[in-house]
Parts: sequence; C-alpha cells; structure tokens
Amino acid sequence: MADHTLDAKGLNCPLPILKAKKALKDVPTGGTLEILATDPGSVADFEAFCRQTGNELMEHSEDGGTYHFLIKKSA
Amino acid sequence: MSAEQKSMSIIVTKGALDWAYPPFILATTAAAMGLPVTMFFTFYGLPLLLKDLKLQLTAAGNPAMKMPMMGAHMGLPNLLTVIPGVDAACTKMMKNLMSKKGVASIEELRELAVEAEVRLIACQMTMDLFEYTLDDMIDGPELGGAATYIECATQADINLFI
Repeated sequence: MADHTLDAKGLNCPLPILKAKKALKDVPTGGTLEILATDPGSVADFEAFCRQTGNELMEHSEDGGTYHFLIKKSA
Repeated sequence: MSAEQKSMSIIVTKGALDWAYPPFILATTAAAMGLPVTMFFTFYGLPLLLKDLKLQLTAAGNPAMKMPMMGAHMGLPNLLTVIPGVDAACTKMMKNLMSKKGVASIEELRELAVEAEVRLIACQMTMDLFEYTLDDMIDGPELGGAATYIECATQADINLFI
C-alpha cells in the first residue's frame, strides 16, 4: 500500500524519527512511507516532526502495542 | 521544508555517558526536522569528538541515579560510589539497559549527526589545554573559539548549553 515501509519496532527515541527521515529520502514527493514503532513517545513525535517538516501525517493507529504511521511526503 | 527556516546551536560541556545523550539526541532530531545545527564542544564535552569513545557514568554526586533492578529502582549511597570499579559496573549496567531498550549508542548518534551535516566545532582553547589534535578526532570537526560560536549563536533561533 505505502511506497516504503520502515520497521522501527524496538527502537527508542529519537531513532524512529531519525530512521524515518532517512527513509523519506527514498520516497518520491507525493509518495507515502509507512512506519511501525513500539515507542509510545513516537505518536507525539511524529505529529511534531510532520508539522515541522511540512510532510503530512495521513493516519496513525495503535494495535497491541505497535504504532502504525502513514506519512505522505509533501516537502 | 517549513516556510520559516529555524536553526539551533548547542554548547556541549560534559562528557559523561549520561550527559552525552541530550546534545546528540537534540542535534540529530533537529537536523532531521530540517534545522541547520551547530554543536560547539568545549571542556569535558570535547572528548565526545575523539575517535575512540570510552564514556563512563559517574555515580558519585548523582543521588538521582537509580536503575531498575529486580522490580525495584536501586540507587547507591554516595559513600559507596568512590569504591574502585563502581563507575565501571554502573556504566556496564547502563549500557546493557540501553541496548535492551533500543536506545542508540552515542557512537551511533554521533555518526548520524555527521551524516546529517551537523556542524561540529572543536574549541581550540580546550584542544590546546588538554593536548588534543584534530588527528585524535573523528573526521568532520572544525576548530573555532568563542567568537566563532557567538557569531553562530546570533543567527540561531535556539541556543542550548548542556
């Protein structure tokens, strides 16, 4: 579904954000990146990251301790 | 990229394992969020640029240092912290805990900072004081002094001293 998927499960702050930033480099503008994480702090962090970088956080959800984010590369 | 470009600078003054985290976490994250970042390494922060890091925790004078152990949080009475080997044991415990919890190592964060083109300035005076040369350091740092930092700080939106 997403153009790229990043598995950041088990990683703690700030690694999910740093790895997402790197992964976004390979996503074309308008493309999407799916991120899986287990860090509960990543919810607020991905919201802030997207606001600051101008990328769009299209959806986020949680299932059994795994957080799922879908970011559209807009910038 | 956001419409208004913000930037950040950090003065890094401490080189213990725990104190090394905040500057590198904030620098790499700010860089990931599109901010140009400058780190100025001075006094005990300077050795964080050495090729070979031997970072240690210091338990002495750190009464808040409590680590999870057998379901409780254990600290050390200050008097015991001066026993040889205590710092090494605490460091080992902390590093084990960090790797178990998926916390990046300082080496890893530092590499990410270099990769993200964080500007690294090694304080020339401290280099001289502690008798280091750029050959002792990782590739990337430039030399600078107080004026170099102040010029950078006048242009930055966020200036931190850690």
